[in-house]
Amino acid sequence: MDIAIVKYNAGNIGSVENAVRRLGLEPVVTDDVEKIQSADRVIFPGQGEAHSTMAYLKAHRLDEVIVNLKQPVLGICIGMQLLCRHSEEQDTDCLGVFDVDVKRFIPQKHEDKVPQMGWNAIEQTKSELFEGFEKPEFVYFIHSFYVPTCEWTIATTDYIQPYSSALHKDNFFATQFHPEKSGKVGERILKNFFDVKCEM
Amino acid sequence: MLAKRIIPCLDIKDGQTVKGTNFVNLRQAGDPIELGKLYSDQGADELVYLDITASHEGRKTFTELVKRIAQEINIPFTVGGGINELSDVDRLLNAGADKVSINSAALRRPELIDEIAKNFGSQVCVVAIDAKCEDDRMHENGDPLIDGDWVCYVNGGRVPTQYRLFDWAKEVNERGAGEILFTSMNHDGVKRGFADVALRKLADSLTIPVIASGGAGAKEHFRDTFLNGHSDAALAASVFHFGEIPIPELKQYLKGEGVNVRL
Repeated sequence: MDIAIVKYNAGNIGSVENAVRRLGLEPVVTDDVEKIQSADRVIFPGQGEAHSTMAYLKAHRLDEVIVNLKQPVLGICIGMQLLCRHSEEQDTDCLGVFDVDVKRFIPQKHEDKVPQMGWNAIEQTKSELFEGFEKPEFVYFIHSFYVPTCEWTIATTDYIQPYSSALHKDNFFATQFHPEKSGKVGERILKNFFDVKCEM
Repeated sequence: MLAKRIIPCLDIKDGQTVKGTNFVNLRQAGDPIELGKLYSDQGADELVYLDITASHEGRKTFTELVKRIAQEINIPFTVGGGINELSDVDRLLNAGADKVSINSAALRRPELIDEIAKNFGSQVCVVAIDAKCEDDRMHENGDPLIDGDWVCYVNGGRVPTQYRLFDWAKEVNERGAGEILFTSMNHDGVKRGFADVALRKLADSLTIPVIASGGAGAKEHFRDTFLNGHSDAALAASVFHFGEIPIPELKQYLKGEGVNVRL
């Protein structure tokens, strides 16, 4: 299976590469349009800030490439937020695969620290991405912005309020958490993504 | 709800895990990667690897080790020790560390915190504070009777500074650190519990997570630091390395005591 990891100006991309390797697969980290388009699976990962990453994608014409992909795509963290319509982070227009806006966490009490950093549970999971899970499992998050629950929500997490910790629409999947850092649960989610039925 | 975190700390010298009691007397305790994997499988939420070799050669060895850790460990890990400037941070993050922990360098030049936050994001910047309460009068568990005068130390707890714990922690928070790792030198190695009075004061006044360090000797100590000390995470070394407190057992216990942990 050919797995392309989109290379752009976001951090943490090497962690995803390492995680895919631990599953015995050999990914390619690339910004080469043809390699991305011809891969069986595309991972759009990263940790970073919406405005500068979006500007980079546009400058390298990766914005059009990503939204037109037909194979299963997995956005992770900032990758998920960039797949949405707009982000409150520096008032940034994003890719618009998911027609929903990314909002900033507003703390309601002292314990509500922003960014959310650490392990939280994914609940109300409904997707093949979460095949094999029988209880709310814990996964690892680091983020200051969130996607509200919407018609594409396939998992919710409660931090300050319930929000979308994963999304799915057509061939696009996305997780707010980092499966590559979420232990065995994260490995299972990545494996489930690679096992998604491909309708190209 | 965000889970309270259990963090084993591995001190690394010449590629091997060691643990000091009260910052001296090192004992061998295993291969860093095997041990890290074991902890991860047992349910540790994060790992901290501290490089205690200061030499140039040792630093290169450690960077190579960080690369291997990143390849093999599937949970977040922090690295620290010998980080003096931005280029050290860049090197270790590039090797695959999720966060870096700075200590003496931040006290010598506090702007380093701002620079790390600006260049790599607050979430990668853990500031470790070693502090000692100079008043010898204390409760049986090591908590000082008078809680005001905590002096921050540099160079692995060997050299006192002009900085006081609560002022410094506030400054660290304001400069953009992502977390504070507070080690009480009074409690470290004594195994009578964490410095929960000081920890609570930190956790209740800061806007970033606080990691408790120094003093773990029993499961109850972890419960106390989460419930009374309001700590977001608790770090320990020898109780884990020598199997005195198995992590699965600890987490089951904490859950039974009403602490939200990842199981």
